[in-house]
Amino acid sequence: MREPTLWILHILAGIIILIFLGIHMGIMHLDTILTSLGVGYKNPLSWSSVLIRNKALFFTITYILLLGAALYHGFYGLRNILFELSLGKSAQKAVNWLLFFVGLFLFIYGGYAAIAAYVI
Amino acid sequence: MADQKEQETSVFTEEVIKEVIFRVHRFSPDDGKPPRMQDYKVPVKRGMTVLDGLHYIRDNLDSTLSYRFSCRMAICGSCGMFINNLPRLACKTQILELEADTIEVKPLPNYEVIKDLVPDLSDFFEKHRSVMPYLIREEEEEKIDPPTNEFLQTPDELERFLQFAYCTKCGLCLAGCPTVATDKVFLGPMALAQAFRYNSDTRDQGFEKRLELLCVPEGPWRCHFAGSCSEVCPKGVDPALGVQLLKGQIVFTKLGLKKPHKIAPLATEKPEAKRRPGIPEAPPRTVKKE
Repeated sequence: MREPTLWILHILAGIIILIFLGIHMGIMHLDTILTSLGVGYKNPLSWSSVLIRNKALFFTITYILLLGAALYHGFYGLRNILFELSLGKSAQKAVNWLLFFVGLFLFIYGGYAAIAAYVI
Repeated sequence: MADQKEQETSVFTEEVIKEVIFRVHRFSPDDGKPPRMQDYKVPVKRGMTVLDGLHYIRDNLDSTLSYRFSCRMAICGSCGMFINNLPRLACKTQILELEADTIEVKPLPNYEVIKDLVPDLSDFFEKHRSVMPYLIREEEEEKIDPPTNEFLQTPDELERFLQFAYCTKCGLCLAGCPTVATDKVFLGPMALAQAFRYNSDTRDQGFEKRLELLCVPEGPWRCHFAGSCSEVCPKGVDPALGVQLLKGQIVFTKLGLKKPHKIAPLATEKPEAKRRPGIPEAPPRTVKKE
């Protein structure tokens, strides 16, 4: 009964990506409109602007959530592609563990970067 | 009136309109030769189907050609073939509508070939069997004393799955499925759509049992919704929709958002049918009842 849960998480991760990537794209590319509305940052690509976002807890949390969702969504998709190569049960198990540990490593590494930028 | 008569005669004309080349896949496991394509010239008359063309070849040019067919009217689903690069029923494909001078006829892809144009459908039917495509009842009394009356179902309840009940198990959907092309263990659109069909039937109580069979890696999660199965389905069943609805059924059950459907009750009395006035009696039986 694990498969439906994994698939539901895949869909949820997709929704999270849609929302947070939407926020990210808005901040990066709609700065003129957003600043005229009193939100957002002028020159979002400037160093000072990046620093301000890194020191904001909201952005640190969204970076970590987006990282987790993107890693899960991407690795679940990769798992699907690999499973479609008619893998045997033991090979499926190996793929599951390999993708889990690679994903976990990347999540810890990326999460550390986001937290370090906030704390330091 | 004269125009209508002229039109009728032209439709049923025996006149040969053109000659097409049938490029047919040939393979026999007994002769030791590799699979090859063989050309045959077939005179085409109006209304001829690809199946008629194959009949012409078998009757007049090459009696060793093997292909599967039965009803000749797109009901049995036996004559599925790969015709001009699309899975189609040979009996439903008009030669003139293909608008081609060469018609390539191959066995359905994604299946082993038994001989010439005959695919091995045993794996396809095994997948169908694996999802328990029949009504499952839990009433103990019904198991001991099988009901002879009908189950009561409203037209709305029937409408929920009727579309998927039109499936003729022709196998075209699996031949068109890009996932089946690489993943041989994927259950495929037919079996999954049929699982949805029985899960949605109010006469059925087997959802929990089917759920266990469907929650496997080769279940509905492998479907990418390419929609090829629905595109090639000759009966308009739309199996891709069935697979997505099945995913929804499982997910909502898993999240505790789906209520179990109402179970169709057994009719307590046999409905009495009265003959309408003016309807004649049935003719006498040709075979006597024992």
